[in-house]
Amino acid sequence: MNRSQTKLTQGIDWPIVGLYLALVTIGLMSIFAAEYRGDDNVWQNIIHLNKNYARQLLWFGVSIILASIIWLTDSKFFTATANLLYAGGILLLLLVLGIGKDVKGSHSWLVLGGFQFQPAELTKLCTNLALAKYLSSQETDFSKLRSRLIAAAIALVPAGIIILQSETGLALVYFSFFLVMYREGLPGVLLVIAFSAIVLVLSALLVDNKILFIIFSVITALVIYFSRREIKRNRARLFWIIAIYGFCSLFVMFVVPFTFTKVLKDYQVRRIEVMLGKENDPKATYNTRQSMIAIGSGGFWGKGYLKGTQTRYDFVPEQSTDFIFCTVGEDFGFFGSVIFIGIYVALLFRIIYVAERQRSTFTRVYAYGVASIIFFHLAINVSMTIGLAPVIGIPLPWVSYGGSSLFSFTMLLFILLRLDADRQMVLR
Amino acid sequence: MSVFNQPRRRVIQLIILGMVSIIVVRLFFLQVVEKKYAKLADANAVLRKVVYPSRGIIYDRKGRAILSNDVLYDLVVTPRSVKNIDTAYLCTILKIDKEEFRKKIADCIKKNGPVRQSVFSSLLQADIYGQLQESMYLFQPGFELVPRQIRSYPYSAAANILGYIAEISPTMLKDSNYASYNSGDYLGMTGLEKTYESVLMGQRGIQYLVKDNLNRPQGPYENGEFDSAAVAGKNLRLSLDIELQAFGEQMMHGKIGSIVAIDPQDGGILAMVSGPSFDPNLLTGSFRSANFNKLYLDTTLPLFNRAIQAQYPPGSTFKPMIGLVGLDEGVITANTGYPCYGAYMGCSRPIKCEHHDPGHAANFRLALAHSCNSYFSNTYRLCVDAPKWGGIRVGGMQKWAEYMNSFGFGHKIGVDIPSERPGRIPDKKYYDAKYKGSWNSCTSVFLGIGQGEVETTPLQMANAMCILANRGSFFVPHFVKSIDNDDTHLLDKYKQRHIVAHISDEAYDAVIKGMTDVVESGTGRVAQIEGITIGGKTGTAENYAIVNGVRTKMPNHAQFVAFAPAENPRIAVCVIVERSGFGAKYAAPIASLMIEKYLKDSISSKRAGMLKTVMETVTIPDAMRSRSKLDSLNATVIKKR
Repeated sequence: MNRSQTKLTQGIDWPIVGLYLALVTIGLMSIFAAEYRGDDNVWQNIIHLNKNYARQLLWFGVSIILASIIWLTDSKFFTATANLLYAGGILLLLLVLGIGKDVKGSHSWLVLGGFQFQPAELTKLCTNLALAKYLSSQETDFSKLRSRLIAAAIALVPAGIIILQSETGLALVYFSFFLVMYREGLPGVLLVIAFSAIVLVLSALLVDNKILFIIFSVITALVIYFSRREIKRNRARLFWIIAIYGFCSLFVMFVVPFTFTKVLKDYQVRRIEVMLGKENDPKATYNTRQSMIAIGSGGFWGKGYLKGTQTRYDFVPEQSTDFIFCTVGEDFGFFGSVIFIGIYVALLFRIIYVAERQRSTFTRVYAYGVASIIFFHLAINVSMTIGLAPVIGIPLPWVSYGGSSLFSFTMLLFILLRLDADRQMVLR
Repeated sequence: MSVFNQPRRRVIQLIILGMVSIIVVRLFFLQVVEKKYAKLADANAVLRKVVYPSRGIIYDRKGRAILSNDVLYDLVVTPRSVKNIDTAYLCTILKIDKEEFRKKIADCIKKNGPVRQSVFSSLLQADIYGQLQESMYLFQPGFELVPRQIRSYPYSAAANILGYIAEISPTMLKDSNYASYNSGDYLGMTGLEKTYESVLMGQRGIQYLVKDNLNRPQGPYENGEFDSAAVAGKNLRLSLDIELQAFGEQMMHGKIGSIVAIDPQDGGILAMVSGPSFDPNLLTGSFRSANFNKLYLDTTLPLFNRAIQAQYPPGSTFKPMIGLVGLDEGVITANTGYPCYGAYMGCSRPIKCEHHDPGHAANFRLALAHSCNSYFSNTYRLCVDAPKWGGIRVGGMQKWAEYMNSFGFGHKIGVDIPSERPGRIPDKKYYDAKYKGSWNSCTSVFLGIGQGEVETTPLQMANAMCILANRGSFFVPHFVKSIDNDDTHLLDKYKQRHIVAHISDEAYDAVIKGMTDVVESGTGRVAQIEGITIGGKTGTAENYAIVNGVRTKMPNHAQFVAFAPAENPRIAVCVIVERSGFGAKYAAPIASLMIEKYLKDSISSKRAGMLKTVMETVTIPDAMRSRSKLDSLNATVIKKR
């Protein structure tokens, strides 16, 4: 109410803006480095939009306009239209399923007058708004199972549709909303269970399942033996132990093999196997190997800007999009990489700080959503370039080449800035 | 609510930091700890390109280039860039059909892929190149002409001396001596090309280029900081006279044998002919391997350098050396005579002599001029049986062998082309082993007339003439007089004068007088040249071959050794013509013509008839000639580039 009209930038969180600009700049420089050849006429390329860096520069200009529009929009608009936007997003995803275009094996692109657009990038934003709206509503009691299921559904419905579009990587991002839900009261044990599930899946893939079954049986027998006194006092405990044992065994013996043979696509299985070191097919490992060579050859100080041989001469596939981190790793080395990742960490911590200073639950949930999405993208993207995660094609926010991604991440961030600027307003 | 959830904020922050720590640790391992990635990156992106320098040129004694570089062109293709060209026309120029064209392109793609250059047709023949160059614009950018240096021999002579270069073989690549060579490099295989490889090759330059993922060069690596420039090979200047060499080769046409001519004053070889010879240009260019196979299989063995590799019994040409030892030992004097009546009867089996009139061996000079077998058989026996050495089996034989070794026989002299053979001088050990200790001077008496177990190469005999001409000293025979900008010590050993066995000048005088008599009035009169005193000696070495397991007498090898002018010798010659009878018949005229050509620069008209006869004579046996690819009738079989 007391928001003054005297200054246009009143209330803006400058650290976030600064970190944002830093990342976009690094992104532009990296895309430039990946494409630039000694004899290129840079201005010519920029004017004719011949190169990715020229187009990215254009997308950045558009992003600034989008950010300005968002900044000038009343923050109530986002709370009011959250559900509408979510519904719109879902519709758009369904539309893509119908009339979308295939690009590199994923059926997730819309073609609008010569430009390709990937709605799955944008629906992250809608979903985040909708989740914030739901969790902040007066009627929601997040300690109830029903509310938790509804929240989970809000997050996972778009993911389901995106999987149908064969963009598994982007779909996985939606699981990052569980971090938000954890912040809003989801029991911590779920995190432990989730972690255990990951361990279980990995061991199911790495160890022969018959051996695993024997190991489980032995562990269960030992647990029962050592806790036999407590079991005497409390019969329910035995039931739980056997239930967990049964679940784990079933999971390992049937669920994982079934998922791998029936649900996941061949290439996805192969990527996971490559990451786990189970497969050495040079074709399947090519991307990861080249990317690790590029980053590894950077050394401590890096080769210097525009001096990386691997990134400049197309050794790493998808150099400007999914594997953009290679440029940073090769040209700027370990030193530069740590600073680069440090910028992201600073941004994440700043967003969490901003989230915690809100009186409005909506803004807090939204802010955590932003942090979770960025964190997930950062962790998976960087991990896959250094062989820690399977190659799932998700971009590095603001750095990877791509209009859809740059737009949606910019909008995601500037809506947060708008909401934050209005944090002194009444509770929503 | 907010207070309740405060630890959860911390948990989330910890999760972020935890994940980031894992990433940073991994990065530290990849970028700082592990060093292999830098190497892998260089293997990916740095192309090491060898820049070949032009090979050194070889000049003869008059500064004429006799081995130089020629530029031939390869037609290279980048399959992907071949678009909209007149294939039929290209095929017509290259003289291939469309089927072969398609096959060649497919091969190129198989070998180097569609975006990299491959050689489509290597070392184009001159006429094809001419036509292609005119219409090259029609076939660009897919096709290009790339120059390539090859060796060329403008005088088409001295094949076995100059040698040839060829691609390094897989076995050589494994040899540590050739560690600096890469697969595909060319290097000297024989002759001077091999001996002086280190000088001729120059210094290869290395260019580091950055390449992209398709192996296409993209520019210098690190601005050429690590590049090194190619340094052209050094030129060699020979003592060889290419005109004399070519003249000798012409004379040896149709004959098997060799000519060696040396300047005794510095040991420089003036000519070294191995007959029959071949055009060295056959071993360059695109028909190299086909021609090599033909030469290799030729029955007359043209690749066999007889001047240094063939070993013959020297026959009578050995007598001057036998005499020299006798005079030095004091077992004979210049006035010593021997009563020869047509045979040497000193041992159980008579040794026939060509002369039986009494007095043909009345003194040393006469005996040498008439090449008396009895005289030299006797002289040999006197030497080895001399009491001061305690008899032949104690020291006599050994002492004699030492003399011969010091004359350059029985071991490689060290000429500067490879594959020299040592010849053979039998010594005490040899006879002990062969006759189990029961032998005497009669066992080896044939050595006195250059027959039996002794074998020499033409080069060794020519060198022996140098020793006589210099009266007791010689330089190791060699071809290379100087190397331009020489910083090596390769030639040091050829600058050093070797003194032989300190034999008195009187002894040399006697031998030289005898040898001038050979040409004046003895067996070698045919060698006379107006105005030049020649010291010479004929030789007729008996030639036995094993035919169907039986030792059979074959036509004798004719030999002639000489030096001239006798007063101040400037040329020493040895000529051997296999299976041509008496030395005076062909060997002496050839030697004489060589001397005349060298000393007078031309052949006098009086001797034109002799020259014609020599040129036209063919002594290669018919059976061998019919299968020889060098025969003039079949010469067209060998393709020239």
